[in-house]
Amino acid sequence: MSRLQVVSGKGGTGKTTVAAALALALATEGKRTLLVEVEGRQGIAQLFETEALPYEERKIAVAPGGGEVYALAIDPELALLDYLQMFYKLGSAGRALRKLGAIDFATTIAPGVRDVLLTGKACEAVRRKDKNGRFVYDYVVMDAPPTGRITRFLNVNDEVAGLAKIGPIHNQAQAVMRVLKSSETAVHLVTLLEEMPVQETADGIAELRSARLPVGRVIVNMVRPQVLDAAGLELVAAVPRSSVARALSSAGLGGARRGGHAERLVDPLLAQAEEYAERYTLETEQRAALADLDAPLHELPLLTAGMDLAGLYALARELRGQGVS
Amino acid sequence: MSRPEPAQTHDPARHRLSPTRTLDIDPLIEDPATRIVVCCGSGGVGKTTTAAALGLRAAERGRKVVVLTIDPARRLAQSMGIDSLDNTPRRVKGIDDSAGGELHAMMLDMKRTFDEIVEAHADPERATAILGNPFYQSLSAGFAGTQEYMAMEKLGQLRSRDEWDLIVVDTPPSRSALDFLDAPKRLGSFLDGKLIRVLLAPAKVGGRAGMKFLNVGMSMMTGALGKVLGGQLLKDVQTFVAAMDSMFGGFRTRADATYKLLQAPGTAFLVVAAPERDALREAAYFVERLAAEDMPLAGLVLNRVHGSGADRLSAERALAAAENLEDSRIVDQEDGKAGLRNSPDTYGSSELPAPGTPVDDVPDGGSPATADDTGTSPGAGTNGTNVDTDSGPDSERSVDRLTASLLRLHAERMHLLSREQRTRDRFTALHPEVAVTEVSALPGDVHDLVGLRTIGDRLATNRLELPETP
Repeated sequence: MSRLQVVSGKGGTGKTTVAAALALALATEGKRTLLVEVEGRQGIAQLFETEALPYEERKIAVAPGGGEVYALAIDPELALLDYLQMFYKLGSAGRALRKLGAIDFATTIAPGVRDVLLTGKACEAVRRKDKNGRFVYDYVVMDAPPTGRITRFLNVNDEVAGLAKIGPIHNQAQAVMRVLKSSETAVHLVTLLEEMPVQETADGIAELRSARLPVGRVIVNMVRPQVLDAAGLELVAAVPRSSVARALSSAGLGGARRGGHAERLVDPLLAQAEEYAERYTLETEQRAALADLDAPLHELPLLTAGMDLAGLYALARELRGQGVS
Repeated sequence: MSRPEPAQTHDPARHRLSPTRTLDIDPLIEDPATRIVVCCGSGGVGKTTTAAALGLRAAERGRKVVVLTIDPARRLAQSMGIDSLDNTPRRVKGIDDSAGGELHAMMLDMKRTFDEIVEAHADPERATAILGNPFYQSLSAGFAGTQEYMAMEKLGQLRSRDEWDLIVVDTPPSRSALDFLDAPKRLGSFLDGKLIRVLLAPAKVGGRAGMKFLNVGMSMMTGALGKVLGGQLLKDVQTFVAAMDSMFGGFRTRADATYKLLQAPGTAFLVVAAPERDALREAAYFVERLAAEDMPLAGLVLNRVHGSGADRLSAERALAAAENLEDSRIVDQEDGKAGLRNSPDTYGSSELPAPGTPVDDVPDGGSPATADDTGTSPGAGTNGTNVDTDSGPDSERSVDRLTASLLRLHAERMHLLSREQRTRDRFTALHPEVAVTEVSALPGDVHDLVGLRTIGDRLATNRLELPETP
C-alpha cells in the first residue's frame, strides 16, 4: 500500500470528504495518518467540525481501534520561510524578503515554486522517521488540487526544469519527484456519475499516465441508491395510472378515483420516476465509461442526512469494507 | 427530518423563496445600462452553463452579447462553435435572432492573451526577448493567478472595444472563488512593486555613486533571492523584468482600470452556487467580499434545486405507505384476501390528513364496507409466483412493488429537498439582503442551445418546473 495517497477530483465531487474518510479508514487499528490540505480552504477543519487549522500538525480525530488522524493545512508562505530557515538560517533576511513581497511573489506567482513547496512538505512527512527509525506517519493523505490541475501540480519537476536547472528549488523538485513517481504514491480521483466529472476523470487519468505518475483508484462519490432497476423502469413506462392509484389508495394514501388524493399523487410520482429513468440511463453510461479506465473502481453512497462527522466515519467504514485501506 | 411540513405550499410550483428577495433575471439582462455580468462561484456549480444560458437569453431578447468562457465542457463548447482556442469571439449560429440580437462566444486562451499584451506594448525586439524568456513562458502558461489576471485583462479589452451591448463573463475554476478578485491585484502589485525595483537594481542603479549604499542593500537582497530561487532562475527573472520594464506602469494602470470597471454601475455580479453546504459557504464568502470591495452584487443563482409535485406527501408517510404495500401484499398472499386492502376513501373526501398526523392514524385499508375496486377477483392471489406476467394477481403484485418503489423514490426526493432547504436557509439567514433565483435540476448535462434555452427560462421564471397533476 502506497504511503502517500493523493486525492483529487473535479470541483464539487467531494474530494476533501473522500480524503478525510480515507485518512480515517487508513488510521484504523492503531495506525497514524496525516491528512494534508494544500489549498488553504480549511475544508478539513470544517469537515471535522474544529477551528481553523494552523500551519502545524495536530490530532483531529481518533479512528476505531485506537488509530489517530493528524491534520496539517500547509501555508505556502510559512512553508517557504520554514524551508529558508532550515537550509539557510535566513532569519532576518527572510523577514526582509517578506516585507519586499518576495515571499508573496515566490509562493503565489513564481512558477512552480508554490507547488514544489506544497508537495515537498507532504513528501517530507512521508519520509520523516522518529528516533527509533520508524516512520512517524504510516500514511499521508493529501487533499490535492482538482483533476484539471493535478498533473501539473504533481509534476513539479517538469514545471521547474526549464526554470531552475540548478539550485535549491531544482534539488527540492528532484527529491519530491522521486517520491511522487514511485510506488510510494497513489493518485486517486474522485468523481460523480455525471458526464463532466467522468470526462474529467478520464482526461486526468490519461494525463497522469503520460506523466508517469501512479494512478490509484477511481472513487465514485455520492452514489444514489438504486430504487428501480431496468425491469422496474420498463414497468413505469407501461403501467396504467389507475392501477398505481389503486395501489396508493390501498396503502392508505387516499382515494383512487379521479380527483382523489391517491389519484392526484400518480402523475407527480410517475414524473419523478421518469426523471429517475433518465438519470439511470445516464448513470449506466457513465459507469461503463469509468469501467473502461482500467483503474480499480469504488462507490460511496450519498448520505441522505447530509455530510457530518458521523457520515464521515460511515464513509471510512465503507472504504475499509471495500478494501481501500 | 425535523422540518415541519411547509404550510404555504398549496401551490407547489409557486416560489419556494417566500422569505427572501427574488432575483429577476430579465430586467437585469434587458436593461441597456447593464454592460457586464460576471458569474462567479466555486467549481462544479454550473457557472459556465449559467453564463452561456444568460448570454443566449439576452441575445434572443435583442441584445448584442459576447460570452467569455474560461474552461467550458467540451460538448458545450462544440455546440457554441468555440471549441477551437483562438482567443477571438465567434458568432454563435442557430439562435433566434428575430429580436435583432446576436450571440458571440469565446474561450479564453490565457497564454495568447498574455502574448498579445506583450506584443501590443513592447517594440518588436523587446517583445521577442520577453516571449522567449523561460520565466515568461512558465508564467504565461498558467500558474496561480495568471488565468485570473488574463480573464480580467480580456474583459477589459472586450469592454473597451465597445462592440457589444453586454459582456457575460465566466470566472476561472479557482480553488476558491475569491482568487479571481485577488489575483489581478497580486500580479499588479508584484509587477509594479518594491520587489521589481530590487530585481532591477543591478541593471538600473549601476555605478552611480550616490546610490552606492542602497545598491549594497539591494545586492544583499538579490543574493538572498538567488539563494532561494537559484541563481539562474533569478537571472531569468531579472532579464524578464528588465525587458518588461516599460510595460509595468501599463500593467498597474490596466489592473486598476479593470478593477474600477468591476465596480462601475454597468457591472452586475451573479454568485452561482448549488444547494450544497460547501458551495453555499463559498457563495456567502463571496457575497461578503464583493460588499467589502464595493462590487455590485445582483444576486445569487442557485442551480440544481430539486422540487416535487407531491411535496405534501412527506418522506415518512411515503416510506410507511411503501412498507404497507410490501407487507400487506405478503399478508394478502397468505390469506388469499387481496380484495380487502382497499382504501376507505370515498369520492370527495380525499384530503390528506393534516400535517403532523401520525401515520398510524391514517386508516390503511381493511374497511369491510368498501367493495373491491381493484378489478381482480378475491382469492386469485393464491396463484402467485415470482414471475411477472401481465395477468391479474401477478400484475397487481408487480404494480404494488412498483408503487412501493415510486414511494421510496419520492421519500428520497423529499429527503433531498429538505437537505437543500436547510443549506439554503442557512445562507438566507446570513444574507437576507441577497436576491435569489432558483434553477431546478435537469436530469442530465446541458450541451446544446436547446438545453441552454431551457436553463435560461428557468433562470428567468424563477420557479421550479415541477411535475404536476394536470
